[in-house]
Amino acid sequence: MIRFENVTKQLGQKTVLDGIDFEVGEGETFVIVGLSGAGKSVTLKHMIRLMAPDDGKVLIDGEEISEMDRADLRHVREKFGVLFQSAALLQWMSVFDNVALPLREHTEAAEDEIRERVMEKLEMLGLDDAAEKFPVDISGGMQKRAGLARAIIMDPKIVLYDEPTSGLDPVTSRRIDGLIVNMREQLGITSVVVTHDLHSALAIGSRIMMLHEGRIVENAPPEGFIKSKDPTVQSFLESQYITKKGKWEGMGHE
Amino acid sequence: MRYPVHSAQRVGGRVIQLLHDTGHGMFMLFEAIWFVQFAFGKRSRLETATQMYTTGIKSLAVITVVALFTGMILALQTGLELRRYGQEVYIGSAVAVSMIREMGPFMTGLIIAASVGSAIAAQLGTMTVSEEIAALEVMSINPNRFLVMPRLVALCVMMPVLTVYTNILGIMGGAVVGTTQLGVSVTSYMDNATEFATNKDLYVGLFKAFVFGIIITTVACHQGFMTTEGAVGVGKATRRSVIISFLVILIVGYMITRMFYL
Repeated sequence: MIRFENVTKQLGQKTVLDGIDFEVGEGETFVIVGLSGAGKSVTLKHMIRLMAPDDGKVLIDGEEISEMDRADLRHVREKFGVLFQSAALLQWMSVFDNVALPLREHTEAAEDEIRERVMEKLEMLGLDDAAEKFPVDISGGMQKRAGLARAIIMDPKIVLYDEPTSGLDPVTSRRIDGLIVNMREQLGITSVVVTHDLHSALAIGSRIMMLHEGRIVENAPPEGFIKSKDPTVQSFLESQYITKKGKWEGMGHE
Repeated sequence: MRYPVHSAQRVGGRVIQLLHDTGHGMFMLFEAIWFVQFAFGKRSRLETATQMYTTGIKSLAVITVVALFTGMILALQTGLELRRYGQEVYIGSAVAVSMIREMGPFMTGLIIAASVGSAIAAQLGTMTVSEEIAALEVMSINPNRFLVMPRLVALCVMMPVLTVYTNILGIMGGAVVGTTQLGVSVTSYMDNATEFATNKDLYVGLFKAFVFGIIITTVACHQGFMTTEGAVGVGKATRRSVIISFLVILIVGYMITRMFYL
């Protein structure tokens, strides 16, 4: 479904992606983890060509998107919904109008139908009471859910999540995790999640890939990931108090 | 030997960056011009109307004050000099021609660049750093159609309208000074003003205003889209937008005057 072949990207003097190869299959929840600056968000941006590789190929359903013209790219992007780190809601529009925007822009649906479809998504995400509120008037967690409602309003095949739980309290973070799992279980959506939060990654991921200094140091299912012998992965696991058995190990405790 | 090489590299790098930015801005402008055909279509008419309201109605207060006092200052300075030769009756023509040819479009351009242009740069800059522009692109909503085109239409329509308003108020401000402080009757002032100002002055002034509208939109939107570095970057983009708009308005204003009057 999504395939990276020897993708290299340099930003300024820094090689952010150094010849990475991986594939995301249909129906997977593929989680990309790594330290800040490891190239996670850059990888995500390559999937929707917000960035193009300096070298290598990015294939979506077998189509190489790096050199595509705008019309073809639009068809590829129709397969995607994206939840940005900051939710990226348009501040001068209500939650309802934000979610309705793709429908108004790309369909000839009547306003009644738009209302029905938007309210369905907002109810699914527990936001029906916030429909008429503006982004500035709702919490960070609600903004993320509104961003997710907008991301799935056109029924995409793939949803990309850029740090979906960053800046949220643990309870809200687990609620967002639950929504990501629901997207796969209820709607059959393929998900790619970029996160620092290993607890979240282990809970939702069907596969976890770790990037370090632009290279892939591990790409395995959760149970394989926590048993990785790679010292960078081990150090990352230990930094979040996770043992090789997948258990939480607080400071000074067994 | 290293220093000159580095200097040359730095200058060369800046020239390349300037050309790249100019090309990017021009591409953005041409695409927005192509989208003008959809300005009052179902998907854009609300935004276009909102931008026209923001540019036109919300700028009226500051333009009123600036235009009135520009006319009053012009009348006072010119009138005092003319009075030394007993020719103060001609202040009507001096104020009218100055306002219609040059001061009207110029003052309106500066006010709109400082108020509306800076607001556009700040808004689009904030949208860029908070990934809202990227979100539009991912939703296959062209930012040049969704954001730039309505602002371009609004400024190109409202700049000439506001310039006419500035001209009228400036001439009225001059009349107030002429009648109350220089002893020129209203009739004499107005007769003199209408006798010397020609239709060409009006058309050239309005053409300038239209071009200034394009300049302000292009510079402000482009600076907004080029924003990096978060809140600090938004501040820099806003500042650059105002400075570049002022400079380009001055230079292009001179070139248009030269083109039509020399």
